[in-house]
Amino acid sequence: MPKTNLRETIKETIRHHLKKNNGLVMGQCLTAVGWVGGTLPELYEKDGMIELSMADVAGGGFAVGAALSGRKPIYVIRYQGFNWFNAPIILNYACKSKEIWGIPCSMLIRSIGMEGSIGPVAGSSHHSLYYRMPGIKIVSPMSPNEFKKVYHDFINNDDVIYVSEHRKSYDNRKELKDIVYENPDITLFAISITRFEAIETSKKLFKKGIKVNVINIFEIKPLKISKKAKQSLIDSKFGGIVLDDDYVNGIAKNIAHDLNLMTNKIVNVIGLKDKSAGFYPQVDNLPPTSNEIRGLIYKIIKKQKSQIKYI
Amino acid sequence: MKLDKATELLIYEKASLCRAFEEEVFKNLQNKNIKIPVYLSAGQEFIASTFAVFFDKFFPKTKKQIFIQHRGHATYLAFGGDLKKLILELLGSSKGCANGMGGSASIQCREKNIYGHDGLMGSHGPIAVGACFGNNFPTLCFIGDAAAEEDYFLASLGWASTKKLPIWFIVEDNNLSILTEKKVRRNWEMDDVAKSFGLTSFDIEDKPKDIWETFSKNLIKKPCLFNIRTNRLYWHAGAGIDDPNTLDRQKDYITKFGYEIINNAQRKVKKAWNKCQKLI
Repeated sequence: MPKTNLRETIKETIRHHLKKNNGLVMGQCLTAVGWVGGTLPELYEKDGMIELSMADVAGGGFAVGAALSGRKPIYVIRYQGFNWFNAPIILNYACKSKEIWGIPCSMLIRSIGMEGSIGPVAGSSHHSLYYRMPGIKIVSPMSPNEFKKVYHDFINNDDVIYVSEHRKSYDNRKELKDIVYENPDITLFAISITRFEAIETSKKLFKKGIKVNVINIFEIKPLKISKKAKQSLIDSKFGGIVLDDDYVNGIAKNIAHDLNLMTNKIVNVIGLKDKSAGFYPQVDNLPPTSNEIRGLIYKIIKKQKSQIKYI
Repeated sequence: MKLDKATELLIYEKASLCRAFEEEVFKNLQNKNIKIPVYLSAGQEFIASTFAVFFDKFFPKTKKQIFIQHRGHATYLAFGGDLKKLILELLGSSKGCANGMGGSASIQCREKNIYGHDGLMGSHGPIAVGACFGNNFPTLCFIGDAAAEEDYFLASLGWASTKKLPIWFIVEDNNLSILTEKKVRRNWEMDDVAKSFGLTSFDIEDKPKDIWETFSKNLIKKPCLFNIRTNRLYWHAGAGIDDPNTLDRQKDYITKFGYEIINNAQRKVKKAWNKCQKLI
């Protein structure tokens, strides 16, 4: 098992970025209590840790300008829901700069998801917001090595990279491997924090004789589906499910559509419901749990079996 | 510092090139040789021309960066952007200054550090501030009086002031957002807002003498805002005239310096245009 968890990996990567690569980290309330969930080293403006004003839209623009100047900024957005204000200049300038003007505007956006009693804006992941814009890479690392890979890619290329993080993954030390059985019943394609629930689901259903393959989607855009993953879906008796921590009417449905075209298999989706979240548990909107995923799997199997019987 | 006649002539030469260019574009829009939205800067060219001559004269070797928006042809040309590349851009050539993708609104010049604009009004305010923060180069941000109303632009003034950046915001105040006058849109002035953020600010007319004397008040290391009242001679977009009685500052200069300079500029533009047309 690796010595460090994801939180410590991010923190040390940031320290390296500031101390060795003359980089910048920009964001709001970075040096406040907690240091963004413990993912930032205790460094200050003189080191390149830049506290911005609370103007979200402008803050995104400041980071884009710093990127134009070649400082490779890491822009921290403490809650993914705040992207509704932070994203416009990143998406409309940084993502287009290389294509229109031939000038790279390389920056990394660390955007952090979490949920549970935090209301209609702050909760969950919002990577779908970025998905529709050309000129951006989207990743969702949930393990130390995945984050290291993201940073290596960032520092060695000139892309704009959106990193969809999740607070509940910060304690994780394990690398998440795909689960691939022969002759599977169904294949789960899991994004962000749902990857942990997908693995649990697979383990629980295996005990009941249902073989659930799990494919980890870490690189979301451009979407990387390995031959093994594609074959898993082709071999699955009951098709696939895309799991997401964002609203279902976003990346999840896009990926399901792509997978459907690739394999001609039916691919369902499960993610945040199409409703606003309230603060109390009874009105919250949370990512799919293992229980909910199992429920959907049973439903799909039952439906498809009944159709076969009818034919 | 007073503006001497020789320097004023240099400003007029730059402004004449800008004007001659816009008049040629006007004709090419009318005859439909240019088929994209074009934002002509005629009437406003003395602002960029004066700033450009100031920098050429006092800071010729300083690496500066310039951020512009739509209606930026004059700024591009005044600061030395390549004439032919701008023509090719308007004609849609991949050899244009923005690879044929920028049209009129998103032009750039890499050699002169003039950055293109994405079309999101006022977005270049925060971008200019971020770039200035990143490399500490003297930075000029040209913006219209309407785009400057964007909330994120105002927030940029605040952060530039907080960080004491060497940046100058130049508001080209033609009083119009398309055709909506400033008094309809707001009851405040940009220089007052800038002052409240702690910037040094001015509200002046676009007379080169006034701009020159204001800018030469040892401002080079301070974040400043210049609200410069000017006049847009043509439509917001395209080739047309809203008001034929709009003040045209060029007329004073023709009286002062004669027609030779503007005639030379027209010939230069025409020659370049004909060459570019053959490349399309």
